[in-house]
Amino acid sequence: MSIIALDGVVALLGRFPALAGVDLDVGAGEIVLLQGPNGAGKSTLLRVCAGLQRIESGRALVLEHDVVSHRAAVRRSVGLLGHDTALYDDLSVEENLRFWARASRVDVDAVDGALDRLGVADRLRDVPVRHLSAGQRRRTALAAVVVRRPRLWLLDEPHAGLDQQGRDLIDGLVRQAATAGATVLLASHELDRTMGLASRHVTVAGGTITEDRTI
Amino acid sequence: MWRDVVLVAGKDLRIEWRSRVTFSQVVPFAGLVLVLFGFALDANRPVLERATSGLFWITIMFVTTLAVQRSTSIETTDGARRALLLAGVEPVAVFAGKAAAVAVQLLAVELVLVGGIVVLYGAEIDSFLLVVATCLVATVGIAAAGTLLGALVAGVRARETVLPILLLPVLAPVLIGATRAFDDALGSVAVDGWAWIGMLAGFGLINLVLGALSYGVLLEET
Amino acid sequence: MTTPASSEVPVHTGSTTTRLLGIAVLVGLVALILLGFFGAPKDDEQADAVRLIFVHVPSAFLTYAAFSVTAVGSVMWLWKRSVWWDLVAHGSAEIGVVFCSLTLFTGSVWGRPTWNTYWDWGDVRLVTTLILLLLMVGYLAVRSMGGDDSAVATRSAIVALIAAVNLPIVNRSVEWWFDRTLHQKSSLTDGNLEDLTLFTLLLGVVVWSLFYVWVMIHRFRVGWLERELRFGDLDLALAQRRAEAHTINDGGDR
Repeated sequence: MSIIALDGVVALLGRFPALAGVDLDVGAGEIVLLQGPNGAGKSTLLRVCAGLQRIESGRALVLEHDVVSHRAAVRRSVGLLGHDTALYDDLSVEENLRFWARASRVDVDAVDGALDRLGVADRLRDVPVRHLSAGQRRRTALAAVVVRRPRLWLLDEPHAGLDQQGRDLIDGLVRQAATAGATVLLASHELDRTMGLASRHVTVAGGTITEDRTI
Repeated sequence: MWRDVVLVAGKDLRIEWRSRVTFSQVVPFAGLVLVLFGFALDANRPVLERATSGLFWITIMFVTTLAVQRSTSIETTDGARRALLLAGVEPVAVFAGKAAAVAVQLLAVELVLVGGIVVLYGAEIDSFLLVVATCLVATVGIAAAGTLLGALVAGVRARETVLPILLLPVLAPVLIGATRAFDDALGSVAVDGWAWIGMLAGFGLINLVLGALSYGVLLEET
Repeated sequence: MTTPASSEVPVHTGSTTTRLLGIAVLVGLVALILLGFFGAPKDDEQADAVRLIFVHVPSAFLTYAAFSVTAVGSVMWLWKRSVWWDLVAHGSAEIGVVFCSLTLFTGSVWGRPTWNTYWDWGDVRLVTTLILLLLMVGYLAVRSMGGDDSAVATRSAIVALIAAVNLPIVNRSVEWWFDRTLHQKSSLTDGNLEDLTLFTLLLGVVVWSLFYVWVMIHRFRVGWLERELRFGDLDLALAQRRAEAHTINDGGDR
């Protein structure tokens, strides 16, 4: 079964064709690296897969649900780490995660485990998110993704702003998720790091896929 | 659905409890407006007494724009709007939850302001019940219209200035209705305040329905 | 930057229909001016001020007509995602704001000699129309804020609906507020207008309505062309986008 099946997807941002006809097929358990220059369309591609982007033409299925007509089902099963961290500044780390766990209707008890896995120290749990560093914020946001136990992980520049330890942690998480059967799509400029992690390298440029290599 | 309403409202109120924006900035602002009206009307008791109800509700209108801006910016500063969609929370529940949180904050400000007009303007309350009923019913409508328009301008440039332009004319009937009902409750003008409550309830109901119907479209598209 | 899809680039928005309409409007306006100033008699009470109704009543009618069109267009956008209706809603609101201002202006100029005041808060129609003007100025503000075309259309359509739904409540509340009105009962129905005055008034409504239609067609065409120009041809834009794959690009993240 294809986890992601894109067929001639065109997506407009305002009037700009961010995606100009993308075909992509990703199976379960794959770790796919999206690489390409800034403005190539990587982030838009991730948003399409999350059911957050209207598509102009073509067809996009995620977990066999149409991303437009069945976007609710798509959204429930993906975890997206975008440029925004979607955390409330005035709530503590733990309150944020509990809120998102409840909102996503997943087990609130998973929060503790997720924070441990992301290496968010105990002393930080009751700290309001506004006092966190950029790296700690990003780890917290990723913990919120982990809590959702998504079948499809969509990570946009997951290594950005993280220290060496944080980057290793993310690589570990991604591998674990893939081993457990989840699929990971990650957009990154950190090629040295992610080349080894991914099982497949997809190059995006000019809103299309120009190269697709399975390692 | 109700679970999500409570979740969202609880979250917003908890954020207020932590940040104290309403408590530490909006309440003093409202008090300041009352004092300024006092100066502007030259501490002329008869004029102040006649204008008390109107001044009270105008102050609430100003406070509403602040409270709604705050409520909106909570969701927009770090992309939480999008995350709410991804989490699968019903947009209607987001609307109802956020409106409820705004309403609770407005009611708190109203409580303080009622004290303010009694102390500063020498208002005498004839009917406590009518005061309470007016505040409750008017606030539901204010919060509904405010939350809807707040979401509407969320994605817009210069939203701080656009929001009052949109919101204040929509709230005109509330200003009229709540002022009249207060006139009755304070005994300053002989009108039937309870009849105005009916109008305020109609306003609230209509704007709740409008918000429930259009909030999802706004969340998805803007 | 983009070139229109077809080779026929229109240089203006006129057509035979609009030219004929334009001529009809001009002729009608001349007739209206002649009749209004020289044909229709002075009113017993209002003297020459009565002549303002040849502008005031038609523009009040067109204010509400134009905003009704905006409301319908907004519903059609939300329902069918019809760009055509969205452009109609936008154009009609712009013209409506002009007529609404004209209504309020002529109304107060007329009110001064007649009611001895420019403005009366107790008058339902006055206050309702003012609130309508404020709401529609807000509508145009939202339209002008820019952003993704369909997001702007959706936002402004919802503003129009909020305005349309709340306006009757404004009207009711002002009516209750004072429980009185200075306003003339509808001049058409109370039957004490001179025949020629009545005829001129009806002519005014017709002429100004034609004027509305005429400006509306032009406004719609301008809007449509603007859109065409901005959107350009999707196929061309796609080809250009794909060509970026072969060049170095350093734009922002998309």
